[in-house]
Amino acid sequence: MGWHKKVLRVNLTDGSCTAEALNMQWAAEYLGQRGLATKYLLEEIDPQVDPLSPENKLIFATGPLTGTMASTSGRYSVVTKGALTGAIACSNSGGYFGAELKFAGWDMIIFEGRALSPVYLLIQDDRVELLPADDLWGKSVWETDEILHRRHQDPQLRISAIGQSGEAGVLFACVVNDLHRAAGRSGVGTVMGSKNLKAIAVRGTRGVQVKDPIRFMNAVNEKKRILAENAVTGQGLPTYGTQVLMNVINEVGALPSKNANDVQFDGASRISGEAMHQPRASDGKPNLIANKACFGCTIACGRISKMDQTHFAVVNRPEYWGASGGLEYEAAWALGAATGVDDLEALTFANFVCNEQAFDPITFGSTLGAAMELYGMGLITDADTGGIALNFGSAEALTKMAELVGRGEGFGKVLGLGSKRLCEKYGHPELSMSVKGQEFPAYDPRGIQGMGLTYATSNRGACHLRSYTVASEILGIPEKTDPLATEGKAGLVKAFQDATAAVDSTGLCLFTTFAWSLDDFQPQVDAACDGEWSLERLSEVGERIWNMERQFNLAAGFTGKDDTLPKRLLKDAAKSGPAKGRVNGLEQMLPEYYQLRGWDESGVPTRETLSRLGL
Amino acid sequence: MRYAIIGAGPTGVVAAETLRREDAQAEIVVVGGEPEPAYSRMAIPYLLAGQIEEAGTYLRHSPDHFDALGIKCVRDWVKGVDSNTRRLSLHSGETLAFDRLLVASGSHPVKPPVSGLDQPAIHHCWTLQDARDIAHYAAAGSRVVLMGAGFIGSIIMEALARRQVKLTVIEMGDRMVPRMMDQTAGNLIKRWCIAQGVDVRTSTEIRRVVPDPSGASRYLVQTAQGGEIAADLIVVATGVRPNVEFLAGSGIEIRQGVVVDEYLQSSAVGIYAAGDVCEGFDWNTGKHSVHAIQPVAVETGRLAALNMSGCKVRYQGSLGMNVLDSLGLISTSYGLWQGADGGEAAQLLDEANYRYIKLQFDGRRLVGAITLGFTEHVGVLRGLIQSRIDLGDWKARLTRDPSRVMEAYLATIQ
Amino acid sequence: MMRSLSITPAKCTGCLQCEMACSFEKEGVFNPARSRIKVFLFEHEGRNVPYTCTQCADAWCKNACPTEAIQINAVTGAKEVINSLCVGCKVCTIACPFGTVNYSHATGKVIKCDLCGGDPACAKACPTEAITFIDADWTGYQKMRGWAERTDTQSSAQA
Repeated sequence: MGWHKKVLRVNLTDGSCTAEALNMQWAAEYLGQRGLATKYLLEEIDPQVDPLSPENKLIFATGPLTGTMASTSGRYSVVTKGALTGAIACSNSGGYFGAELKFAGWDMIIFEGRALSPVYLLIQDDRVELLPADDLWGKSVWETDEILHRRHQDPQLRISAIGQSGEAGVLFACVVNDLHRAAGRSGVGTVMGSKNLKAIAVRGTRGVQVKDPIRFMNAVNEKKRILAENAVTGQGLPTYGTQVLMNVINEVGALPSKNANDVQFDGASRISGEAMHQPRASDGKPNLIANKACFGCTIACGRISKMDQTHFAVVNRPEYWGASGGLEYEAAWALGAATGVDDLEALTFANFVCNEQAFDPITFGSTLGAAMELYGMGLITDADTGGIALNFGSAEALTKMAELVGRGEGFGKVLGLGSKRLCEKYGHPELSMSVKGQEFPAYDPRGIQGMGLTYATSNRGACHLRSYTVASEILGIPEKTDPLATEGKAGLVKAFQDATAAVDSTGLCLFTTFAWSLDDFQPQVDAACDGEWSLERLSEVGERIWNMERQFNLAAGFTGKDDTLPKRLLKDAAKSGPAKGRVNGLEQMLPEYYQLRGWDESGVPTRETLSRLGL
Repeated sequence: MRYAIIGAGPTGVVAAETLRREDAQAEIVVVGGEPEPAYSRMAIPYLLAGQIEEAGTYLRHSPDHFDALGIKCVRDWVKGVDSNTRRLSLHSGETLAFDRLLVASGSHPVKPPVSGLDQPAIHHCWTLQDARDIAHYAAAGSRVVLMGAGFIGSIIMEALARRQVKLTVIEMGDRMVPRMMDQTAGNLIKRWCIAQGVDVRTSTEIRRVVPDPSGASRYLVQTAQGGEIAADLIVVATGVRPNVEFLAGSGIEIRQGVVVDEYLQSSAVGIYAAGDVCEGFDWNTGKHSVHAIQPVAVETGRLAALNMSGCKVRYQGSLGMNVLDSLGLISTSYGLWQGADGGEAAQLLDEANYRYIKLQFDGRRLVGAITLGFTEHVGVLRGLIQSRIDLGDWKARLTRDPSRVMEAYLATIQ
Repeated sequence: MMRSLSITPAKCTGCLQCEMACSFEKEGVFNPARSRIKVFLFEHEGRNVPYTCTQCADAWCKNACPTEAIQINAVTGAKEVINSLCVGCKVCTIACPFGTVNYSHATGKVIKCDLCGGDPACAKACPTEAITFIDADWTGYQKMRGWAERTDTQSSAQA
């Protein structure tokens, strides 16, 4: 239970949509969502395929608790081989789409092949149709959303789509659902675009059932109370969203600024969660107008912002005057600190455009930061940029480039390659702040040592959401560790990675882990799903998933040599703050990490490890 | 005070109960000729479809409901009304004195001028007795011709289809439910019904009904267009008319129905009318018209009773509204669905999926609507129309996407 | 003292816990499509509006019902659908000017809020107190009821 035990397979090449039984053996071993979809992908594609070829597959997967009354049950993941990275890609999104897919009676959709011309998928419970999308091609996510709602006369249709960036092949295009919730990283939207798939529209009326409803509700209610009473999930996140972190991380000297040249940003307070609450000088209104929850979420960290209508980016452009998804911490960091821009409204605009045209603000901001450094070095010129000066701190550069990337036009095409390819193109690969092709976000590993190992070993390329040791190193969750120490971080990272892999496979949100440990997920999973789900079993599932993802990457051609960090983090000492004078001590952590993982010295899981995990 | 109510349908029953609430001492008599306890014609199709028993059509389910309220039920037909002496004369020869009278005599089905309709196995579907007769002939597999695809015909169609008869529907108009649906919707409903296996023929006129000489079926139904349709049972649903014949000579003004003022009082002081028989103000146009629909029946019954009891309440006029389930396709229409003079319309149409919504505006007010395939929150269309709310900028938004009526309602009214 | 649901849209985050709680309480399944309460999302205004029956005094649905299938619960004051009497004619769905009675394809009958017999599941599930169950006199429903009088074809009594 928790499942409908039904997978929708959509072959875009021949246009067929078929229902098939969910592999319950795999569900028992990989739980759902991230784990289960990755298992399907690994079984069904050659990890060496070109991510943008028809041979790659694209999976939209819910978890067993998606659409239930468990708090934060609105999650789904998009799993594929990443366009940006060539590694396993698994991007998690909230909003309402995932739960709606489940309500329609589907646990997962597997897209394969490539449509001859643009299509979208319409799901109304059992009724599934691939429909022509020629008229939607070239439209933004927002326009697509409006057109499909009107066309199908159903305001409650939930829509997941790509924007123009994904059509144009911007390598970090994402999939945006419900206007501003994103499966954001690794270019999952680029893969969707390469398949000529514009959107999925779903309406479900079948609902979800769980194994033991009474026990489930008891567990759910108890765990909701824990979220409500916790300082982070009960107060910090609802009040400031993830942006609660901007000033905190800046103070600890772990806010990578201007392409990680610095670890503190003097404009941090102006782009912080606190700043979003402040009335603006121009119109006296704050940037933030409301909290927004995803489906089922009792935390409500989502930000809804309205722009200053007189801001240069939106003057006479009323399409940007309405309320929409506001800045999350990592987006604010990327669009702001990474580029040196401290104009909150310009950041909000760029963030709107990221949603409107569906591309990843983290990679975009970091790539723009690298381009600004190259521009400062005279390697990128006005001739390249179409006359736009890419100076650090330029809000105009930020907003204009966001729009160009959004449409995949002009210099936006070059930025659309991501920082790794951009910096290679201009002869300075070391200036790309990326690992396995993906840019790291808003936590500088010189100031938070564990995040160095997190980025280096993240299976989807640099990412904070694979082992958020910031929780321990800065916030003291579940216990405080020293952010500047490397000792013990290998074990911390492994524990976070395994637990996160399990959490990402439940259908619930990782942000609950500020208040919950796996102990809190266990009774909810156990009451909802067939079989017995002990804590040990959940932990093992997490570790199994992590190793499976590793196997995918090894088969795709990655090696232990890719478990590294940009030279800047390893060589250039932090210039200010508590971490002043430090670099990241990856070499002290990595061997221990391999050992704890049961991997050999080159980072390959040993036969014993694989057999212990049943891989 | 002696109150008499002519008619034991929903209007009469609601009126009697309202009178009792307002006046604990009054003498209240309800006169109705049908042999069964007060029942709802609305429920008959569900009886025919086998979803409920006869008792399920009863308006009140407690057997001593009226006794307990001290409401006297007289089973008789009214032959005449003397507004001067304030007496009813009954079929049985009795007379009944009243101080105030409510005419809630409802309406009756009419037969079209077609020869051969006065034979066995040809029935209206109006009374419980009709339902029993139809049930008798409408066995699974029998050939049934339904004359008329108006609102009532269409509801009966659903019931007959559920009895698994071989069904042909003949409608003179150029579409189904022509008085409730526009061309687009009426034709979509027709297409839908045909797809569900019902033979629907519009723009078709029946000339005569003759016995089937071959004996293979009971009748042959001959159309003006030259067709012949075999039938074992013919159900006639070609319209209803107010029951006003017995009021001849009463001095009460009658046009189509009993003409009433804004307090539902007829031209004769102390004599009121409500429900199908009453010709009151149309909410949209302000002109007199008959609205033979359930919501109007109970609303006017209640209001007439309040006025009769001395609590003066003005009636704002009746708003036409209908909801129809045609073999699973649900449609509604409200108010000026044909549009207001000088008004504007907005619509969305998805023919392949039988979805349609059309809104009619007069300035920035909503005055009418048609929907097909919508079931959620349709009532707000009534709310938007009857509140006469100024839609403000939601007029433009609704023009762009008429399916956003619920949001328009919440944004403008809440 | 009778109690009623009080809704404060400004506190609503759009999590839809109320819809799930309602469908679970009334139908034993997590399924917003079967909920008697519905949250409307105004994306461009950043506003979420929970919406359900106010158990209005006019009881348009009850009056319009041809089979006495909507009755008043003497304890809670709620207008309840009596399933055994409802024939699914849908007249109440077009008669209720608030749009809070809906036809359920799954059951062939109408569904509406019945206050869960006096302990509404939606209010219990709401994490932000956007929906509370309080003494009737205190509810924001007065506004809606006032509106009901404006739209009224039933009664506008002249004192």
